[in-house]
Amino acid sequence: MAVNELQSTRKPPISQIGAILWLRTNLISSWTNGLLTFASLYLLYIAIPPLLDWMVLSANFNFGTVNILGFEIKFSEVMADNQNCGRDAACWPYIYEKFYMYIYGFYPREESWRPDVVYGLTALLFVIVRLVRNYKYKNRVILSMIVTYPIVSYILIAGGFGLLPVVETHQWGGLLLSLIIASVGIIVSFPIGVVLALGRQSDLRVIKLFSTLFIEFIRGVPLITILFMASFVLPLFLESSTNFDKLLRALIGIALFQAAYFAEVVRGGLQAIPKGQYEAADAIGLNYFQKNALIILPQALKISIPNIVGSSISLFKDSTLVLIIGLMDMLAMVNMTSNDPYWLGRETEGFVFVTMVFWVILYSMSRYSRKLEIRFNTENKN
Amino acid sequence: METENNKSNIIEISELNKWYGDFHALKNINMSVKEGEIIVVCGPSGSGKSTLIRCVNFLEKFQEGNIVVAGIELTDDAQKIRKIRSEVAMVFQHFNLFPHLTIVDNLTLAPIWVHNETKEEAREKALKFLERVDIREQAEKYPNQLSGGQQQRVAIARSLCTSPKIMLFDEPTSALDPEMISEVLDVMVELAKEGITMICVTHEMGFARKMANRIIFMDEGQIVEENDPVNFFKNPESDRLQLFLSQILTHDE
Repeated sequence: MAVNELQSTRKPPISQIGAILWLRTNLISSWTNGLLTFASLYLLYIAIPPLLDWMVLSANFNFGTVNILGFEIKFSEVMADNQNCGRDAACWPYIYEKFYMYIYGFYPREESWRPDVVYGLTALLFVIVRLVRNYKYKNRVILSMIVTYPIVSYILIAGGFGLLPVVETHQWGGLLLSLIIASVGIIVSFPIGVVLALGRQSDLRVIKLFSTLFIEFIRGVPLITILFMASFVLPLFLESSTNFDKLLRALIGIALFQAAYFAEVVRGGLQAIPKGQYEAADAIGLNYFQKNALIILPQALKISIPNIVGSSISLFKDSTLVLIIGLMDMLAMVNMTSNDPYWLGRETEGFVFVTMVFWVILYSMSRYSRKLEIRFNTENKN
Repeated sequence: METENNKSNIIEISELNKWYGDFHALKNINMSVKEGEIIVVCGPSGSGKSTLIRCVNFLEKFQEGNIVVAGIELTDDAQKIRKIRSEVAMVFQHFNLFPHLTIVDNLTLAPIWVHNETKEEAREKALKFLERVDIREQAEKYPNQLSGGQQQRVAIARSLCTSPKIMLFDEPTSALDPEMISEVLDVMVELAKEGITMICVTHEMGFARKMANRIIFMDEGQIVEENDPVNFFKNPESDRLQLFLSQILTHDE
């Protein structure tokens, strides 16, 4: 038998497409599945309406007159205060009143343009990275940005060098401090982590032993312990006369902590690289550093992106622990501001607000990582 | 044959022994290769033939014996090893192209980083070699977008880019679909005709018969028999080679 004409294609039968089918396959495909669907719907029903009521419907939005980018927007005659705000629903004027504290901590108000510029620069950084994607000298552009951005940011925020008035680190706080801790922690720990990961794979016994001991020690200890050690034990080893900044101590502790986690993440990526890649790199005569920098790490790091970002997200969340050693990050501001006699007892609003800010930032990070993954994966298209 | 006797040995292997743990993988290997010679190494799997050629560019360490390649004796010295590796190129069974680099970047890597050529020189040369293996038009693609045969031809072009004196082939066609084997063998035949020294571990007896100056049969870590192609197939002396040939050739003829 032989077929000389190819059959024409046709659409699947009507019973196999459409909304009913979607319902049938996804929500009520079986009795247990249907039961779970309705139980979930019921849970949402008892949770969502009260939350919505507390946050929006019954909440107090009497901000008075607000000036947003030069536009006067009148929410109410006068701003609500703690007394007439009500206790049964959210009192958002409290957040409005304390917004500066949440974002900048005790940073001097007349200098707040400096963190603003740094926020702007950070956003600009992402835009530039996107714009130069196809530019011939993009590596040079990105490298020069990686070098200049931290320096410029540091000068702007800390001041000094005869350029700007000095703002002491104990005045840094709120979201600003959370972001500084997270970004410095991530940026400093990443190269250390890569070196440790390579060290753990090294043929040189001493380096391997040191890397393994370091990683396993740090991973076996909670971050709080490390922060305490950095805060109270580290100064014992150093000259007491040198005034060793509290924030700097915390940053060193966090960077070392995160380095150990990055090391394990990168090691996972390294192990996924086939032996043939090492052999091919050896066979064409590359030396150890060239082999890792040109062949192994680019591939290993690319596979590790989801875990690197996941680990970074954890660090950002863990950065709230610094309130234990007396640094005033965004979470610490909840207690700080609701202890204000005028706004006593508004922790709930504070926690909800901080939660939302964290969620927005962390969810964006996770989306961004997904995009990176897809972009870097182009070469694996078949 | 007369002229070849006058040429000097480019590879000299004497009393080579290698163990993997307790397993004696290579036993007292003695072998020399003259410049321009085409050697085919064959034998059943696990006979040590891949291990042998991987010792030549020090991808495998060995415990006893000497290997001298292009006048350089193989030791642990990293400098020497890299020097040898710039004279000896290797083509792998699984191609081992770098998947994160385009085809042309795969080719220019070693010339730029090991041989200090400029990007432009290296690129020009790379495109010339791609032309030679007939895949010039794929230069900007990534390895995974190419077929197995094309990838292996790229791998051959990559190893040619550093102008090696010796080429090692480690079962270059074993991972390929049958219809792609000939396109890779054609390239190898071209190379053999140009007079480059080659050691090929392969089961392609057609290639061996046609191109090899000598065929080496290995079994259980030893060189069992060594002969020119005509006598190798016509008058195998050892029982093991006769058995091997009978197994491998029944389907061929």
